[in-house]
Amino acid sequence: MKKPAFFLGFALLMATAVTAQPQTGSVLIKNATVLTVTNGTLENTDVLVRDGKIARIGQGLSAPGGVEVVDATGKYVMPGIIDAHAHIALSAVNEATDPVTAMVTMEDVVNPYHIGIYRALAGGVTTSHLMHGSANVIGGQNETIKHRWGYTNPDDLRFEGAPRTIKFALGENPTRVHGNRGGGSGKAKVPATRMGVEAVLRDAFEQGLRYKEAWERYEAERRRNPRAVPPPYDLRLETLADILRGDILVHCHSYRADEILMLLRVLKDYGIEKVTFQHANEAFKVAPELAAFGAYASVFSDWWSYKFEVYYSTAYNAAILTRNGVVTSVNSDSGELNRHLYHEAAKSQRYGGLTDDEALALITINPARQLGIDDRVGSIEVGKDADLVVFDGHPLSVYAIPVMTFVDGVRYFDRERDPDDIRLHVDPEAAVDASRFVTDEDWHALEATAGWLFQF
Amino acid sequence: MNLLLTLAVGLLLQLQPTDDVPKGYQGTFAITNARIETVANGTIERGTVVIRGDRIEAVGPDVAVPAGAEVIDGTGMTVYPGMIDSGTHLGLAEIGAVDETNDYREVGDLNPQMEALTAVNPNSVLIPVTRVSGVTTVIAEPSGGLFPGVAALINLVGYTPEQMHAGGVRLMVLEFPTTGRRGFFDRRSDEEIEKAAEKALKKLNDIWDRAVLYAKIDSAYHAAKNPPRKPEHVPEMEALLPVVRGEMPLMIKVNREKDILNAIEWVKERGLKNVVFSEVAEGWRVADKLAEAGIPCLVGPVLSIPTRDSDRYDKAYANAGLMQQAGVKVALRTGEAENVRNLPFNAGFAAAYGMGREEALRAVTLNAAEIFGIAGDYGSIEPGKKANLFVADGDPFEPKTQVHHVFIDGFRIPMTNRQIELYREFLHRDEGRLQPVEVRPASN
Repeated sequence: MKKPAFFLGFALLMATAVTAQPQTGSVLIKNATVLTVTNGTLENTDVLVRDGKIARIGQGLSAPGGVEVVDATGKYVMPGIIDAHAHIALSAVNEATDPVTAMVTMEDVVNPYHIGIYRALAGGVTTSHLMHGSANVIGGQNETIKHRWGYTNPDDLRFEGAPRTIKFALGENPTRVHGNRGGGSGKAKVPATRMGVEAVLRDAFEQGLRYKEAWERYEAERRRNPRAVPPPYDLRLETLADILRGDILVHCHSYRADEILMLLRVLKDYGIEKVTFQHANEAFKVAPELAAFGAYASVFSDWWSYKFEVYYSTAYNAAILTRNGVVTSVNSDSGELNRHLYHEAAKSQRYGGLTDDEALALITINPARQLGIDDRVGSIEVGKDADLVVFDGHPLSVYAIPVMTFVDGVRYFDRERDPDDIRLHVDPEAAVDASRFVTDEDWHALEATAGWLFQF
Repeated sequence: MNLLLTLAVGLLLQLQPTDDVPKGYQGTFAITNARIETVANGTIERGTVVIRGDRIEAVGPDVAVPAGAEVIDGTGMTVYPGMIDSGTHLGLAEIGAVDETNDYREVGDLNPQMEALTAVNPNSVLIPVTRVSGVTTVIAEPSGGLFPGVAALINLVGYTPEQMHAGGVRLMVLEFPTTGRRGFFDRRSDEEIEKAAEKALKKLNDIWDRAVLYAKIDSAYHAAKNPPRKPEHVPEMEALLPVVRGEMPLMIKVNREKDILNAIEWVKERGLKNVVFSEVAEGWRVADKLAEAGIPCLVGPVLSIPTRDSDRYDKAYANAGLMQQAGVKVALRTGEAENVRNLPFNAGFAAAYGMGREEALRAVTLNAAEIFGIAGDYGSIEPGKKANLFVADGDPFEPKTQVHHVFIDGFRIPMTNRQIELYREFLHRDEGRLQPVEVRPASN
């Protein structure tokens, strides 16, 4: 292991130990083209960051004593990119044992050593929504993190204050895993069809509703009778009740237009208002219905045809949704796409001619809204978190290279000071990681055993 | 009821097939007033390209428009040679997870007699989705096992595989035995891995020795004045004959540093001259060795993660450029099926991370043609070459750029596909169609 990486890790470790709070930083970025996303493009503009927050945006700003100045002449600054659907930095993804596993949470499996965090930073991504897999109709809860590379306590990566979210999944994956559709060796159970998926959802909500009402009755009774007996606590039902209370945002893996409409009907029946459809390759077919409901969509730029339910896709999905008034983001669902989301967003210009601001919104303010963190991140505005990326060219150009990435005003990535080996931890026994060389045979072997494959 | 009936009949009428199904067509075309990046002979700032039949007839600033030519005004546009993807499953794969639609992997390890061209589906929905990007020509390759079959270069136009076959290019694919651990899930011990690697290499050598022997017997049989009887027919060995004799190129798929070195050694020991490497993810580690061996490389995908956690984050982007700068002849590949349209973006990333735009453009045009031995017909805008080209309103590697016209084998390609049709239908779904229906609770 090279010294700089070790030193960075060590320094941050010490910072953690002393302050018990992730570090914040101050910096003055001078003379940049600032892509605010929400307030247009500002030429030759400075951004002053103090203690992790954007303090001032303007021209001719001067740095307070001790604050470092970054000359960004000829460069572009945009808000830190937000990936609304990622599986990096996780040591497990899918609790593929039951159609409803609302009690599990990705919070318990965040792996701060995962190199994907640093690679994301090098691609200008500052926040990822770490999602449970798509094996179950109601899967586990997700975790929103900031890419604070160097901290080894998973809690230090948490996007503190971000709303809770949960993964749902419709269509081929839950019906394959539980209903054994397309073969399988286990005992088949509902759902094996899209009818079954709806039935599982409604049954789960009815259980959650009864649980919620039982607790409400108990709370009411307790005021009259201090010796009232509470109902039995059940984490799975408690989570479902929290969804019904509106305390958890639903993020639903989905592809086909019919199943998207199905979930809208079910949510309407149970008074659940906040939903983001993940992948949603056929969302473009029901864009008016999504807009009317106020539902969001988080889509791929161009992935399709990797399975049957995405055969009738179009790379114009994001553009059609945007033009129909649906808050849309472009996500990665992949450690590779995750690090060039700016390029994935740019494809919405080839496929549908979105403006620069519309394209940039797909990876900044829109995913922030979908994750309920748009008051904190997603645009360059005074008072927001100083999660910023500096590019050497316009980020929607294929030739643009992210050169610096700040989280909370701390520079976690700098292309000029980027060592070859940035790992935080080296296991001398570990084999060379070379998972890119997976052969067809390996995939089949993995498919048979590994639930984590059911991500898309 | 009557109203419903009228509506239904109206809908049916709309669904009637019409004569205007877009088709490609050949003819005489003149693209005028265009910037022309010839790749072979620099850039013409304002000129004309004339296409007649399947060929480029004339290129230059002062070229006259032939009588009767269909004129395409290229003002503000640039003409580029059609891009070539040097490694894909296009035509052989339709839907990833649906096995029945995938034809690139036969049973067993030794399948050199399998022909990719046989299984190319000219009507794959993926083909029109690809070619509107300016990717006109791809290697369709089988994969898996040791010798998965013969890859073919195909143009993305035609009703039969024969019509699509470009320049008669066929390459025998060899998946070079890999010596290391495959990933975190590979729980074998170091000894087991070493043994497996030795075994795999021995298997390859045994096959090769048999093929050499088979070739000797075949030569002897054909040289004999009175041949006694035909030697036993072994389809696998028969297929390897032209490779052993150096008449058919061998495409060796190899990624890991140690495997690349082994493959270089293997090629040298057998005196093989007609060899290209493919994928070559860790080529940058041994770029000088590859250059010294003079083996051209089909590199990619560029848009991928580094092979090792300890590598600098941008090594996959930089790989092709580092190899090219070391003196290796490089062409690019995506390894894709449904998203071969991302070849220009792979080239753009390679360009940005060290290769430079000009070399990246060569790597998806002329370099590929030269490596496949068809540079007389493909890879640049020159008179006499195949009319494989496209016209764009900017740099084709930039996402913002729109490709306006594509010609393949002289066919003017309809600039549409299912994805574009879906866009046209659904962008404003309710215009002149059914009104959006409010989502109602199912209980109503």
